[in-house]
Amino acid sequence: MTMTTADFSQAAAAKAVPSMRRSFAEPRNLRSYLLTLSVWLIAIIASVPLFSVLYMLISQGGARLSFDLFTQLPPAGFMPGGGFGNAIIGTLVMVGIGSLISIPIGILGGIYLGAISPDSKLSETVRFVGKVLTGFPSILVGVFVFGALVQAMGTFSALAGGVALAIGMLPTVLLTSEQAIRMVPQRMKDAAVGIGCTTTQTVWKVVLPTALPGIMTGIMLGIASAAGESAPLLFTALFSNFWLESLVEPTASLSILIYNFSGMPFPNQIQLAWSASLVLVLIVLVFNILSRLFGNRKV
Amino acid sequence: MTTNLSTPSAAAATTAGANAPQYAISAAIDKIYYGDFLAVRDSVIGVEKGKITGFIGPSGCGKSTVLRSLNRMNDLIPIFRLEGRVDFMGQDIYAKDIDPVSVRRHIGMVFQQPNPFSMSIYENVAFGLRLNRYKGNMDEQVERSLRRAGLWNEVKDKLKQNGLALSGGQQQRLCIARAIAIEPTVLLMDEPCSALDPIATRIVEELMLELKQDYSVAIVTHNMQQAQRVADITAFFSVDVSKGGRTGYLVEKGPTKELFDHPREQLTREYVSGQFS
Amino acid sequence: MAQLKPTSLSEKSISQNPSGAEYATDRGFKWLARASGVGTIVLLVAVLIVIGAEALPAISKHGLSFLTSAVWAPGRNEFGILAEIWGTLYSSILALIIAGFFGVAISIFLTQDFLPPALAQVFRTIVEMLAAIPSVVYGLWGIFVVIPAIRPVANWLHEYLGFIPLFSTSFGGPGMAPAVIVLAIMVLPTVAAISQDAFRLIPYKVKEAAYGMGTTRWEAILKVMVPTAANGIFASLVLGFGRALGETMALAMIIGNANQISLSLFSPANTLASLLASTFPEAGQIEREALMFAALTLLFITFIVNVAGTIIMSFASKQQTS
Repeated sequence: MTMTTADFSQAAAAKAVPSMRRSFAEPRNLRSYLLTLSVWLIAIIASVPLFSVLYMLISQGGARLSFDLFTQLPPAGFMPGGGFGNAIIGTLVMVGIGSLISIPIGILGGIYLGAISPDSKLSETVRFVGKVLTGFPSILVGVFVFGALVQAMGTFSALAGGVALAIGMLPTVLLTSEQAIRMVPQRMKDAAVGIGCTTTQTVWKVVLPTALPGIMTGIMLGIASAAGESAPLLFTALFSNFWLESLVEPTASLSILIYNFSGMPFPNQIQLAWSASLVLVLIVLVFNILSRLFGNRKV
Repeated sequence: MTTNLSTPSAAAATTAGANAPQYAISAAIDKIYYGDFLAVRDSVIGVEKGKITGFIGPSGCGKSTVLRSLNRMNDLIPIFRLEGRVDFMGQDIYAKDIDPVSVRRHIGMVFQQPNPFSMSIYENVAFGLRLNRYKGNMDEQVERSLRRAGLWNEVKDKLKQNGLALSGGQQQRLCIARAIAIEPTVLLMDEPCSALDPIATRIVEELMLELKQDYSVAIVTHNMQQAQRVADITAFFSVDVSKGGRTGYLVEKGPTKELFDHPREQLTREYVSGQFS
Repeated sequence: MAQLKPTSLSEKSISQNPSGAEYATDRGFKWLARASGVGTIVLLVAVLIVIGAEALPAISKHGLSFLTSAVWAPGRNEFGILAEIWGTLYSSILALIIAGFFGVAISIFLTQDFLPPALAQVFRTIVEMLAAIPSVVYGLWGIFVVIPAIRPVANWLHEYLGFIPLFSTSFGGPGMAPAVIVLAIMVLPTVAAISQDAFRLIPYKVKEAAYGMGTTRWEAILKVMVPTAANGIFASLVLGFGRALGETMALAMIIGNANQISLSLFSPANTLASLLASTFPEAGQIEREALMFAALTLLFITFIVNVAGTIIMSFASKQQTS
C-alpha cells in the first residue's frame, strides 16, 4: 500500500490527530456502563414480584391441592376441609355467558370497523369508545349492571355477572378483531371483490378465515381477563355457599371466594384462598397461553 | 470479462499525480461480511483531502456498505464484520482499542433519507455541539452552520419550529447543517439526494461544491450525472455474481473526467455508457 | 341497485347476477355489524346515564358537601368521600411514580438492543404476565408477602426518620405503603407496553442519525430516542394513571379501609373503588345511594383521565408515524 504513512504524516500536520481510543474512565463511557447496569437491575427487580407470586401459589396453594377442592362446598367458619367446587362452576358459567354475549358483538363490531366502513365518522367514534372502555374501571361496570339489571331483577345472579364480564371483554374482542381484520392484505379482499363477491361474501369467505387467528388471540385474552375479574362480580353475582341451581340466583366465583376468605381469621380458609388462587391463575394462564399460540400462528 | 482488479499499487497509480494526493481516510478493505454473506471484497479506496470522492456503481455493488464502514456506521448491524484496515489520520479505526463513538464524531454522515430529530431546527443543529460540550457561542455556530448549508434565510425566523415540519430538501440541508456544525474532518454522504426533487438536488449539489473547501467529502450516488457534476475523483464499484453470491468490489477509480472519458476497464466503459445499471 | 340485463350477457356464461337472497343477506349482515358498533357507543352512554341516575338521590340529599367532608357514618346518615378522593389520588400518583420509572426503564431495556431478541422476549413475557395475575391474587399476595416484607423497613424508617411526614405514623400492616407497591406492580405492564410501542414506532433512520453524530448508546437513548417517544411515554403514564385510579380489589384487601387523610405511607387509608367494594355488599339502602355518588365521582375522574390518555396516544402515534 503506497498511500499510508507518508500521506498521513501530512494529514496529521494539518490537523492534530484526535485520540479515538476507548477509555473506560471517560465520563460518557463510565455513565453508559452505570446506566446499563441500572436498567439490568431494574428489569431484574421488576421480575421479582411475578416469581414471588408464582412461588407462593405453588407452595401455599399447591400444598392443599386435592380432589376435594373441586367437589366440595366452601366450609363455614371453624369447619375444617371443604373446597370451592361451586366457585369454579360459577366462574366458568359466568365467563361462558360473558363470552356468548361479547364475542359475537365484538367480532361483528370489529368487522364493521375493519372491513365495512373503516374510515367513517361512526367507526372513528366506536374505536375511540372502545379504547376508552378498555381503560374503564371494572368496578364501575359492576355498578352499572347493578343499576341496570340487578335492581330490575331483584336479585344478584350469574346472568348479571355474565353481562358484567361481557362488558369487560367487549373492548378487547372488538379492538383485536379490528386489528386482525385490518391485517388481511388488500389484494386478497380485491380478489374477492373482483370476482363479484358482495361485501358479506368477501368478509365470510376471505377476510374472516384469514383473520381468524388474530381474532382468536383477542377472544382468549378477553376470556383470560374476565376469568380473573372480581370487582364487577361483587355487584352483580355476589357470592353463594351452595351449588349453582339457576342463573338467576347469587352465584359463587373463585375471585370473590379469594376476596372473602383472605380476610378471615381461619387458617383453613386462608389455605383455601391460596388454592383457589392457584386454580384461578391456572385458568387465566391457560387462556393466556392459548392467545399466544394463536398469536404466533399469525403470518 | 476477466477480473482485472485494481491492485493497491494500481489504485495508487491512478490517483498519484504530480502532487501526491493527501488522504483524510484511506481504506484497504479485504472483505466485508454480513454473517456468512460476503458483501464486499478487495476494495482499496481513499477520501482525498479537500476533494469530493464519488462512489458509483449498480445497485448491490456495496458502495453504500463501503461508505458506511468508513465511520463504523455498520457497527449498528450486529452481524457485520470487516477484514482489512480503514485508516483515519494514521489510526486504524477498526483497531480493538478505538471507540466507534469517537470515530463518528470526527467523520460525519448525511443519510439517504433526511433524518432530522423530532426537535426544533435550532436544537437539531445544536445537537452535536451540546454533545461535544461546545464552549463557544452556540447561536453563532448554529447560524454559521445553517448559512453554510444554505438554509439560514429560509429558517432564520422559525428556528423554534420542529425540524420535521420542513420540506424534504430543507430537511436534508438541515441534516447537513447538523453534521457540519461540529466541524468534522470528513463528511460522508450516502445518496443524499435520492429522496429529493431536482431543484432540491441542485441546491444540495451546489452546497457540496462549497463544502469541499473545508471538508473532505465522500458521496455515494446512483446517478452518474451527479458524480460528473460534483466529484473530483470517482470510484466505480460493481457486483460479482460469479460464485453464486452478490459480492461488491472496486473496479477502478480515478479523476472523474478520466474515468468517464477514458475508462481503463471494459466493465466501467459499459457502465458509464449506460449499457447496464 | 341497477343490474346488468341477462340479455346483454353471453348466453353460455356461467356467471349470474347475485340473487335476491344474496342481496338481502348482504344488507342484513352489514346492518348487524353496524348495530354492533353503534351498540358499543350506546353501552358507554348507558353506563354514564345509569350511574348518574343511581347517584341522583344521594346528590340531592348530600350535595357538594359529599365531596368535601371526610365523614362516613351510615349510623348518622352522614356521608363524605374527601378521604377516599385523597386516598385514590395519593396512592395512584405514588404508584405511577414507581411504575413510570420502572416501566420506562424497562421499555428502554427491551427496545434498545440491550438483549438478544430471544432473551428480550423472555423479559417481555414476564412483564406481560404481571398483567395476567388477577387483582384478588395480588391482594392475597400483598397481605401475606408484601406487608410482612416491608414491616422491618417501615419500622426502621418510622423510628429513625419519623419526623418526615411520609413516615410519621407507625406501621400497622394494611395501609398506603403496601397498597402503593402492589398498585405499582399492577400498573407497570400498562406503562411498559405502551412505552415500548412508542419506542418501536421510532424509525430506524432516527437511530442512525443519532449514532452518525457520534453519540454513545445512552446519549442516543436519552437525547434522541426518549424525546422522540415523549408523547407516547406520556400517554402510557396517563393511561397507567387511569388504571391505578380504578383498581379495586387488591387495594380493598390491603389498604386498610380507614376513612382518614394522612401523608404517612404507613397509616391505613381508603380509595373510592375500595370503599365501593368493601362497603357495598353489606350496605343498606341509604348507604348504597351514597356509594353510587362515590361511583359517579370515580367515573368522572377516570373518564377524564382515560379520554385524555386515549387522545394523547392517538396524537402521539399519528405524529410519530407521519
